[in-house]
Amino acid sequence: MTDTWLVRNMRAIKARAYSRVVGANREPSWVLFDVSLPLLSVAAYAYIYKYMDAPEEFVGFVILGGAMTAFWLNVLWSMASQLYWEKETGNLSLFLIAPISRMSILAGMAVGGMFATTVRAVSTMVIGILVFGVAFSLSDPLMLALVFIVTLIALYGMGMMFASLYLIFGREAYHVSSLMTEPIYLVSGFYFPVKQLGFWTAMGASVIPITLGLDALRQLFFPSSGGLYGFASVTNELLILVALCVVFLILSKFSLDYMERLGKTSGRLTLRWQ
Amino acid sequence: MDYAVETRQLTRVFNPKSKKEGKSVKALDSVDLKIERGELFGLLGPNGAGKTTLLKILSTLLLPTTGKAFVSGFDVEKEFVEIRKRINMVSGGEISGYGLLTVRENLWMFSQFYGIKSSVAHERIDKMLDQFGLVDKKNEKVRALSTGQRQKMNVIRGFVTNPEIIFLDEPTLGLDVNASRIIRDFIVDWVREDKGKRTVLLTTHYMAEADQLCDKIAIIDDGRILACDSPENLKKLVKMNSTLKLDVNLLNDISGFGSLQGVENFAAHDDPERNVTTLRFILKDESAVSEIMSLILSQGSKIMTVQKTEPTLEDVFVKMVGKGFD
Repeated sequence: MTDTWLVRNMRAIKARAYSRVVGANREPSWVLFDVSLPLLSVAAYAYIYKYMDAPEEFVGFVILGGAMTAFWLNVLWSMASQLYWEKETGNLSLFLIAPISRMSILAGMAVGGMFATTVRAVSTMVIGILVFGVAFSLSDPLMLALVFIVTLIALYGMGMMFASLYLIFGREAYHVSSLMTEPIYLVSGFYFPVKQLGFWTAMGASVIPITLGLDALRQLFFPSSGGLYGFASVTNELLILVALCVVFLILSKFSLDYMERLGKTSGRLTLRWQ
Repeated sequence: MDYAVETRQLTRVFNPKSKKEGKSVKALDSVDLKIERGELFGLLGPNGAGKTTLLKILSTLLLPTTGKAFVSGFDVEKEFVEIRKRINMVSGGEISGYGLLTVRENLWMFSQFYGIKSSVAHERIDKMLDQFGLVDKKNEKVRALSTGQRQKMNVIRGFVTNPEIIFLDEPTLGLDVNASRIIRDFIVDWVREDKGKRTVLLTTHYMAEADQLCDKIAIIDDGRILACDSPENLKKLVKMNSTLKLDVNLLNDISGFGSLQGVENFAAHDDPERNVTTLRFILKDESAVSEIMSLILSQGSKIMTVQKTEPTLEDVFVKMVGKGFD
């Protein structure tokens, strides 16, 4: 292939994703913590539901929520703060002088993050299913795959947008991450159906793609109780998620351009120690 | 003429975020520079002279406040995309890359940002690792490398994309003699290999490095270019003068030396640990030597060594600025 803009950017995405996947899996201890720690929260909720004699699918909801937590944490603590760390190590200036779109760098990080986290999420889910003996009845695997992929694109699109904003706000952004961890667990319904929060809260929480993604996945994994616990129909949730993909990707492009322009003008943002 | 780098009245001012942070700093002040293609060009100046700021502008990381800068004929403000295809940059003390990746993986990753086919990239990487004596480290994680090995890897990262113009910001900073020599030799070979097509802009505050490597040198201080010529021609500026270097016991007062008749300029560097002050004089008239000695002795200081030296680039700098690099 000749060195066209597209080829260059595809290679950049692949290379950045590769480094993230390989890096993430070269530390076995991380894998252990990333899989086992979410299971502890899952176990707590699962035992409460079992003790309360809640419908069996609730334990499944929790396992699914626990698995999807991995993506939220990856977006919040890794994806969003990535450019900040790249600046500190001096990588950011090397990314910026490369003849590629900055979106490719972030897309590579996102693809790598998605892949590495999927391994962890699936592990959490498999162990959860085995330990708690949950029976899933998958009815529409194609739709499930579609919802899952669109959710991740929207979620990592949001992470890409955060990456530039976190760079602009610097260390203060870490407080935002802390603030967004637990409250999002609550309003996004990680451990219970979001419908329980009422329409307007659930609607507001839908800005975070994982809220609707998780709700749709639960409906697809447990079709018999979908109508009872689902916030909206899977099709509608998918459409909103597609819209969120577009919105977040556009916003991330704008925030990246803004960050770069600000960095070039002030000399503070993009250069190490400045 | 089509220059590799050209700046016209280039000025860069850094403004503080707030009044508390102090005043604005003029890092570059009306810099006019022309670097021809195929040149190994050195930018020589003390810390804070503006060298890195100039490189950041030329590598499209910073915008000029006023003035213009062109790289390979392209405007840094408007045509940065074209510039980025043609350049690369390496800084001394760089800690770029990912510690968990191997040396080869890291180099491959950065090469991909320039669209280089993987097979070509690996071929170049292996060849350069061999040239730098890093072959046995190619599958080591980057975090296991020593400072010198890491800097060699950084240099390979910059050259592996085969840029038209490479910006090297103090590439041998803090390295031992052997690692520095390998990097310097590589730079010279690289630029000569394809004479006329490859250009290096190197910043350094090591005089000997600039003298040894560069076809042409610009001396920069306080954001201004003070002189720009070949090392030989620059040294001719002090050829008519005598240059004298003395090591004496730590001096308390050096204010009298500047006004001595026959002294054109001088610089002093204190080394309190050794209790030594090193003095460099540019003399118009050698008869000033006895007066210098008298002034030193009158302060109760002891003269340890006196050397009449061949003119160096440091002497050129002392003559122009009235201070040394330290």
